[in-house]
Amino acid sequence: MSGPWPAATQLAVSTLQVGGVLVGGPLLLGLTRKVKARLEGRTGPPVRQPWRDLRKLAGRERTRPEQASWIFPLAPLVLVATALVVAAGAPLVAVNPAFGTSADLFAVVYLLLLGSVALALAGLDTGTAFGGMGASRALTIGAVAEPALLVAVLALSIPARSSNLPAIVSSSLAHPIWLASPQRLLALGAFLIVVLAENGRLPVDNPGTHLELTMIHEAMVLEYAGPDLALVTLGESARLVVLLGLLANLFAPWGIATRPGAATLAVGAVTVVAKVGALGVGLAVFEVFMAKLRLFRVPELLSGAFVLAVLAVVVALVVP
Amino acid sequence: MRAGSYDSVLALAVGAVLVCAVAALWLSSVRGVVRVLAAQGLALGLVALLLGLHVHDTALVATAGVVVGLKAVVIPTLLRRVAGETHSRETRPLVNVPASLVAAAALSLLAFSTTRDVVRLVPTGAGKLVPVGFATLLLGFFVLVARRKPVFQMVGLLLVDNAVALIAFLITAGVPFLIELGVSLDVLLGVVVLMVLASRLRADYGEVDLDALQELRD
Repeated sequence: MSGPWPAATQLAVSTLQVGGVLVGGPLLLGLTRKVKARLEGRTGPPVRQPWRDLRKLAGRERTRPEQASWIFPLAPLVLVATALVVAAGAPLVAVNPAFGTSADLFAVVYLLLLGSVALALAGLDTGTAFGGMGASRALTIGAVAEPALLVAVLALSIPARSSNLPAIVSSSLAHPIWLASPQRLLALGAFLIVVLAENGRLPVDNPGTHLELTMIHEAMVLEYAGPDLALVTLGESARLVVLLGLLANLFAPWGIATRPGAATLAVGAVTVVAKVGALGVGLAVFEVFMAKLRLFRVPELLSGAFVLAVLAVVVALVVP
Repeated sequence: MRAGSYDSVLALAVGAVLVCAVAALWLSSVRGVVRVLAAQGLALGLVALLLGLHVHDTALVATAGVVVGLKAVVIPTLLRRVAGETHSRETRPLVNVPASLVAAAALSLLAFSTTRDVVRLVPTGAGKLVPVGFATLLLGFFVLVARRKPVFQMVGLLLVDNAVALIAFLITAGVPFLIELGVSLDVLLGVVVLMVLASRLRADYGEVDLDALQELRD
């Protein structure tokens, strides 16, 4: 890293990242829906439709199940808050945002896990059949997906000799030869599968349907309505943006701002938006050609991701 | 070719051989596994080609050609013909897929922890990759013991063979051309014999299940 960053710049970067993730999340959802619709020969809703839905939901009356305890209203807040805390510290626009020194690999993975656990608890809280089923399915998947994510990023942290995400990004910028090494490709494979599983995308969960026998995420949040549902949707979309942004910058860090300055920050912001947008389009195209896996095959997919991640660590230990 | 990019392309090719072995454990359709085996043969040929170009050894480059021709084209075609009549899948392996993938992770850790001394013996950059070859070897053995269908067991055998060839390439920059040719022909012969055996078994008993062949009868 070239010289210390002014604290004001770091704060500005963090604010920009949090704002961008918040605003960009629903837009990314809209973009993927639009691309999918176009590929399927439909016109599809406009890209800003998720934002309109959110506004409509936010204006509705607050209704909650009678049996719900304090966990139920808290869970959406935890989900949004954890995603935004990760967005504040993760190396998205620049390698050195305000809470960059605490954006440790373990902190980031467990913050994201905290959000999913909160949602699963809320699913159990109301005591309905669907909520419990969705929560148990989501945790079954999460229990394999989180270690795979952790181990995959661990493989990247071995050559960088630091588990700090900004440090990993800046050291892989300094050594471009690492970008094509086998451990990075293995970790990339594991990371991609985990991103799909964690966000309930197609081979694991179908984001477009409420089919009662197969749904995972939708079953968990079935009891939410109005402003609470708006928060859940916002949190989920923010999480998707954060994970895609981390994916883009950990494996293809070009364009991220390494020096303070308006021009480099602008370039960093534009490239990260372009990368996340491209990944979103790729996700939509992938989902068009993909069928949902049977629920009992999902652990096979995720344990495959885990093995890829372990192999990445092992190869990283062998190939310096 | 610059030293850095040579090392990383070699590491990529060797890594691809390992990933193919994992994929052979992961997939359950015969068609997919045979395709993976062909890809592994291709990656193995690439390793031989890179090493041959690096040490300017024409025999090794010729070996690369033999390896690709045999392991990426001929043997997969033969296997596809064995499996061709039935679109068979491995429906009841002895170890299910998630468990065998976790076992694969454990086996590769074992390979990497036990081959430290071998790595120390070989000072070249290629020598550092030897543990990957041993991991592939153990995964091949695992496919051999964990699957029931004979086609999968043949695939396991071929994975072991590929791994041995990979280790030979990495440690000694290739065995002499004649020996490599002899070994390759042995493997081809083995596959042909197994193929004939499997088709005779199927002609006689309808289904090829090696576990049923436990005792002798008149």
